[in-house]
Amino acid sequence: MEQQTVALENDFEVVGRQLEEMESISRPSLSYWQDAWRRIKKNKVAFFSMLLIAFYILLAIFVPIFSPWNFAEQNADDMNAGFSAAHWFGTDSLGRDLFVRAWMGARVSLTIGFLAAILNAVIGTCIGGLSGYYGGKIDMFIMRLVDVLYGIPPLIVTILVMIVIGRGISSLIIAMIIVGWIGSCRFVRGEVLRLKNQDYILAAKLLGVPDLVIILKHLIPNVMGLIITNLTLAIPGAIFQEAFLSFIGLGIAPPDASWGILAKEGIKMLRIAPQQLLITGFLISTTMLALNLFGDGLRDALDPRYRGTE
Amino acid sequence: MKKYVIKRIIISVITVFVLTTVVFFLVRLMPGGPFTNPKMTPEVQKAMEAYYGLDKPLPVQYLTYMNNLLHGDFGYSMTHANQSVNSIMFRAFPFSADVGIRALVFAFSIGIVLGIIAALNRGKKLDFVCVLIAIIGTSVPDFIIGGVLQYFFGIKWGLLPIAQYKGFRYTILPMLALAFATLASVSRIMRSSMLEVINQDYIKTAKAKGLNDVEVVAKHEIRNAIMPIVTIMGPLVASVLTGTFVIESIFAIPGMGKYYVESISSLDYTMVLGMTVFFGVLLVIANTITDIAYGMIDPRIRVR
Repeated sequence: MEQQTVALENDFEVVGRQLEEMESISRPSLSYWQDAWRRIKKNKVAFFSMLLIAFYILLAIFVPIFSPWNFAEQNADDMNAGFSAAHWFGTDSLGRDLFVRAWMGARVSLTIGFLAAILNAVIGTCIGGLSGYYGGKIDMFIMRLVDVLYGIPPLIVTILVMIVIGRGISSLIIAMIIVGWIGSCRFVRGEVLRLKNQDYILAAKLLGVPDLVIILKHLIPNVMGLIITNLTLAIPGAIFQEAFLSFIGLGIAPPDASWGILAKEGIKMLRIAPQQLLITGFLISTTMLALNLFGDGLRDALDPRYRGTE
Repeated sequence: MKKYVIKRIIISVITVFVLTTVVFFLVRLMPGGPFTNPKMTPEVQKAMEAYYGLDKPLPVQYLTYMNNLLHGDFGYSMTHANQSVNSIMFRAFPFSADVGIRALVFAFSIGIVLGIIAALNRGKKLDFVCVLIAIIGTSVPDFIIGGVLQYFFGIKWGLLPIAQYKGFRYTILPMLALAFATLASVSRIMRSSMLEVINQDYIKTAKAKGLNDVEVVAKHEIRNAIMPIVTIMGPLVASVLTGTFVIESIFAIPGMGKYYVESISSLDYTMVLGMTVFFGVLLVIANTITDIAYGMIDPRIRVR
């Protein structure tokens, strides 16, 4: 009897709690952005859209550099030509090479689209964030201003500003910023209002964390995903606005190329050389489509709540 | 509700006031004046400026301008000789209104139907087709759609006229081009709103008490799902209106949009400004009506 107990005691040994092993994490921990990147890679449509945009950006950078043609060089002997080995997209009504013009136009349109959207997001985030975080009189003042400005159709303001400051890339961007920040301002303010009453912000405040650190370390990272999603979805809007303004004769001044200018020139030549409009239309449409789809994918990746809903 | 309506109206009156004031001061910032012309001697220029009241102090000019605006007087066109901006707008507006209203009616009716079809066939081929149409509509700018329609229906197949506006056949292509983007957003919103409604408890109740499918869809689902469409009425009216700028130029329709684009390129400032104010006020009114209608439908909005 006694022997048996001894045997049992010897057979089993107490493992004990090894804290280090229990607390160790079996899978590599993914940060928010790594997780988002993993989801984007899984979403084929969004991933392909991203590649297409990257491809267009590369072409926009390198084609004008390496092409034997200049985008403004006219050639009276070779007008409205179709596709050929020398001119891949043909030539326009002044004999300019359309391949170079299309990618030069992409350069201008993409630059304006990205820059205007990013600047709008940055300005709107700063104003909306401060307004929402501090509240009080500043908030009152900014929100009344926004209420009034929000009512004015943005395109009307943009057109007026373009008439006053003249045509060109920088004036286009300025004109688009003047009222463009309002959307992101309203949205960031709403998010900050919602977040600033959350317990972890209160806890940080109780611990005596200065306001600036709370904004930089707690608020901004939490709103960042939404800001970036909105930014991506705002880029096609900005590209469309540029094309629209150039189309009605206010944006970029010829001989500079932009997709709006190319579409305008293409429509004039519709009877003789329809490919001019069709190519530009294809480039604009696929870019907008890719940006929209990528934005949707990004939204799903950054905010799992949206997954599966439209 | 009363308080909300009054608040909305006050905000829009302020908006219109700010808009017109901004327009006034922007005119003064514009390069060159209305009488900057090398052929004009300084004396004549002075006389002209005196005639049009441009020699008076700025505040007086501002009051005169606001007074004229209140009476609906936009002044004279600088490139169309002897024609007031009002008379041109009066002539052109019916064309724009005609094509715009056609496009809106078409976009809303077809868009809602497409959204319903897509939602009822979720995940099937029909849904895919409807979603595809919506994606194309939001990605392709209207001037590209206009040009492509002109090329295929007008030039290549010779089915429909591609310019001017002289009868029903002439209205089809501009209407389609103008309506496409709006149609796409309407069908998108209708689809997601339908999908949300379909999962609600009251739909289960309706089915459980033995209503047939048609009644459930028509009386319960569509009627509830159509609410969010109201919220986008204002912005969509705006997008159709700006769409007319390019569509009218492409299809050579003698409407406001065509004149607007023409006066931008010919630097006819009085026309541009008069029409800008007109469009701006129109859009502010559309937005206000949308907001008020939405407030009536959804009481939660008012509290905000």
